[in-house]
Amino acid sequence: MKPDEIIQRRVARELHPGTLVNLGIGLPTGVSQFISPHDGILFQSENGIVGMGARPPEGMEYAQLTDAGGSFVTAVPGAATVDSATSFGLIRGGHLDATVLGGLEVDEQGRLANWMVPGKMVPGMGGAMDLVTGARRVIVAMQHTARGRPKIVPHCTLPLTSTRRVTLIVTDMAVIEPTLDGLVLRERAPGVTVAEILEATTARMTVPEDVPEMDIRAAAG
Amino acid sequence: MKRAISPSAAAALIPDGATIMIGGFMAVGSPHRLIDALVAADKRDLTIIANDTGLPGIGIGKLIAAGCVSRVIASHIGLNPQTQKAMIAGEIAVELVPQGTLAERIRAAGYGLGGVLTKTGLGTLAAEGQKIIEIDGEPWLYAPPLFADFALVAAERADYNGNLSYQLTATNFNPVMAMAGRIVICEPREILPIGAVPPDSVNTPGVLVDHLIERAV
Repeated sequence: MKPDEIIQRRVARELHPGTLVNLGIGLPTGVSQFISPHDGILFQSENGIVGMGARPPEGMEYAQLTDAGGSFVTAVPGAATVDSATSFGLIRGGHLDATVLGGLEVDEQGRLANWMVPGKMVPGMGGAMDLVTGARRVIVAMQHTARGRPKIVPHCTLPLTSTRRVTLIVTDMAVIEPTLDGLVLRERAPGVTVAEILEATTARMTVPEDVPEMDIRAAAG
Repeated sequence: MKRAISPSAAAALIPDGATIMIGGFMAVGSPHRLIDALVAADKRDLTIIANDTGLPGIGIGKLIAAGCVSRVIASHIGLNPQTQKAMIAGEIAVELVPQGTLAERIRAAGYGLGGVLTKTGLGTLAAEGQKIIEIDGEPWLYAPPLFADFALVAAERADYNGNLSYQLTATNFNPVMAMAGRIVICEPREILPIGAVPPDSVNTPGVLVDHLIERAV
């Protein structure tokens, strides 16, 4: 199984029926393929849609029905579209149950950096700062390392997206929960040992006696 | 009642150096014919307030590519490498604002508010040089209103009173910008006779709209 698929399958199990969820562009978007339409999870996209559906079949796209990356999407029956101020009212006002975002770094305080690399990549924060500040649960979905370099670090070196402590970090190696007392290793990916996770992580992390293997069966929890 | 004007007649109203809000999200729901007219009129030194700068050669990206823009206030320029390049080269000044804060700053201007207080951006680069206001011991980031000389918006339908209705995700920043621009120019897909847009379907009342752009064909 590809690393991204492990992450996406595990994140899918964090999303609960009857909730409103925003999936970031890229890896997080792919989480939706492991969610059944019967789970009753409603996807929000910050460009102004509540009830975003899958990509339309080729030849059935509509120019004015798109996601936050500008890609064509569909709307589920019962969906609603809103303007940007209302969309961010949903996000900032605590009406969004969860957001799943990619990450460049997360540190021991559970703080996320994911919007720029000074001097190299300055795309802008888009909606990321509002999402991390306002969503009730913030799930970071990212590969554990970038070309061998650990991304879970003692202190973020890249500009922060928010000072808020994220809810959960899901990588292709582990599930880590940031707590008031620091990071706690909760689960390990199939076939990955605790020693391998610690080797790929420079942040301090509490390791409980039992670190079970993560459940990546495709079904919402 | 408003008589529709051509995109080039609308562009002629806009001087070089103007501050312009442009609706749209990654070029979806942008006034594309107005953008073309600004490029054709070879405008210079524009300040653009928008969610993003489109893609290279698409939407607001056309204004960037044609060198019409000297300053951008946006939340995201990641899908337009030309904007990033011009920013790094010092040709375009770019102010990045969190998307929700951008919407609220525009809304504040249009709604007669002195700004908004938000938690978004506290403790990050977005707070640099900004005012932090403490209320009952809680810190908030102050986001001042954002005004513009012109708002160029796109709508699905208008009537000749200038009443506008939007469609799906083409709505985005258009309604708040239509409130905030000193002069509002709308490019609707079609213009219906007065009375043909039901009052409940009007998202932006025509009193806000100064000019309508004539239909394409």
